[in-house]
Amino acid sequence: MTKPTKPTKTEKHEDPSTKPSDLGPNRTGIATSPIQSKAAVQGAIDGCGEPSADGEELAKTRADHARGAPPVGTMPPPASMKGAAKAVVQAIKGNSAMAFLDLLGERLAFERTGTRLYDALLVKLEGADPRPNGPSREQLEDIRDDEMRHFALLRQAIETLGGDPTVITPSADVAGVAGSGWVQALSDPRTTLTEALKVVLAAELADADGWDTLVEVASGLGQEELAAQFSEAAVQEESHLMRVRAWVILAISGQVGIEPPQMAITDAGSPGVPAP
Amino acid sequence: MALDISKERGVALERQVFTWRELAGRPYSKLDDDAFTRVRVIFMNGIESEALRFSHSCARMNRALQEPLARVRRIEQHQQTMVNWLNPADQSPLETTIGFEQVAIEVTAALAQQEPDPYLAQVYRFGLLEDFDHMHRFAALLDRVEGKDANNLLQSYTDIRPGRPTVVEHRDPRDDLRRPYDRLKAQPITKLNALTLMAAEHQTHDYYMNVGPTFADPVARMLYAEIASIEEQHVTQYESIIDPDETWIEKWLLHELTEVYNYWSCVQQESNSRIKAVWERFLDYELGQLHFVGEVMKTVAGKDPAQFLPAELPDPIKFESQREFVRETLEGEVNLRASGADFIDVSQEKPDSLSVRYREQMNRDGSPSEIVAQGYCWTPGTELVRRVAGLGAAPTRRM
Repeated sequence: MTKPTKPTKTEKHEDPSTKPSDLGPNRTGIATSPIQSKAAVQGAIDGCGEPSADGEELAKTRADHARGAPPVGTMPPPASMKGAAKAVVQAIKGNSAMAFLDLLGERLAFERTGTRLYDALLVKLEGADPRPNGPSREQLEDIRDDEMRHFALLRQAIETLGGDPTVITPSADVAGVAGSGWVQALSDPRTTLTEALKVVLAAELADADGWDTLVEVASGLGQEELAAQFSEAAVQEESHLMRVRAWVILAISGQVGIEPPQMAITDAGSPGVPAP
Repeated sequence: MALDISKERGVALERQVFTWRELAGRPYSKLDDDAFTRVRVIFMNGIESEALRFSHSCARMNRALQEPLARVRRIEQHQQTMVNWLNPADQSPLETTIGFEQVAIEVTAALAQQEPDPYLAQVYRFGLLEDFDHMHRFAALLDRVEGKDANNLLQSYTDIRPGRPTVVEHRDPRDDLRRPYDRLKAQPITKLNALTLMAAEHQTHDYYMNVGPTFADPVARMLYAEIASIEEQHVTQYESIIDPDETWIEKWLLHELTEVYNYWSCVQQESNSRIKAVWERFLDYELGQLHFVGEVMKTVAGKDPAQFLPAELPDPIKFESQREFVRETLEGEVNLRASGADFIDVSQEKPDSLSVRYREQMNRDGSPSEIVAQGYCWTPGTELVRRVAGLGAAPTRRM
């Protein structure tokens, strides 16, 4: 029986105290192995004949498939068409009501996954060194709870329109596919708080824009009460975006050793104070 | 509608051809198609993957069969591709997992009810309650990590609630082996059921082993590792009920018969006409393959395939909600444990038994299936509906 090798030291890249920006043994990139890479480059040149980098056939085939493809799905018939719902849907009429419900379903799914993203971000915070300019647990919980309240607001709006808030609408489905990378990056125990904040910033950018669109659409369809509620949510989302963006700037400034912009310090807020 | 397999000759091997474009055809819709369309696609992929697995094993042990096996296997490869590629890209691996468990629950429950051998029916009910619990755990994972509702995949056909807790499903391998049917006495439906379930569980195992490490979440990674291990136990269980004294060629013939039976079952219940056409096409292909193997049996083994085949196929598998049967089984049998090839009540399980000791070792650092579903209760629209109800209004904002 062979004797198992006892590790004599922890490899640098396996040491939990190593930071992603530390110098380490990253082996990717052509410069890692000059001799081997020279041979690899020559091998490709010798084997390819006349190279062409435009991928024309690929684009043509994709377009061909896209032309014949049905959508990922459709909208279900209204769940309830009683009383207020009936009146609202009649006011909006036909396809506009379905398109509006599709959009509401997308926002709802986004807020639901957004809540889980902040749950994951709170876990990251627990494992990270404290940062003077935040985020603090209280600040993140505050935003997370906003996301959850927005989810509830959208449930109510969909029900008012006679829709079923548990449905995956086609737009919600596509947004779910697009956001799946965010969930992966946030739930990976190896990603840092800064990396996670950058991911959440991307989500907040999309979210803020999504709410602005919703306000415009509700207003355009004459749903002023909904538009007013959505406007309030949009303001809150804008403040989330401002804070997350500031935390990202502050974290990166710290990493590269530069003075953080004063505006970021202001926008980040005081760690003990919830978002404005 | 009965199917006389001696008269129906299907399509000859030479005419069973494909193009790449049709192999990667248009998928079903995750949102619009019936959940049982997804169930059938996942299920038939499992049947085809077993066809390939068996064919390779058989070829390694039988020189005379290598060429006919290779010819049929190439077609099975492309059949499996065409079926598996019907799964849409917007269905995430975790959502597909929910589909896998729905297959395990609904198909196992259907087979348990059509199984005439009472011991084997008990074996199926035993496995059923374990897969039923997996559904609860994976639904919790989908809800808590991705913020998604598993019922959007299940379409309310299947309950989401605990079964026999996954944490106690871990057994010593010697408690996973069962008694096989007797090839000379077993009814055709018994052989078809056993092979069908073994195939379905085997692909579930393989799927979890492939997708498990693609998750970033540490609990997801552990959960897939844990449940893949149970699926390995299930494969051990289901392959042990098949008579090991069947000859290789006899097994091959039974594999082809099982494929015919399963495609035939799909054809009769498919609601998507485009996908129904796939099942019809492959039913004809499988009939062609069955008769081809019958000829190989005559030539190579000098045996008449008719002695191994029923005159008519049994009734098709019922692809429908088995909610009441599952609930009754849960009520009466959730506390069963395995002891060798038999089933005992949990009260009879000795604290120093092989399985208890094994389970204690595996669960020593914590149980992923318990961690992920702690306090979980499925709620339409995800458990955030419950959570937000306790949240109250937003606090007054301060600068």
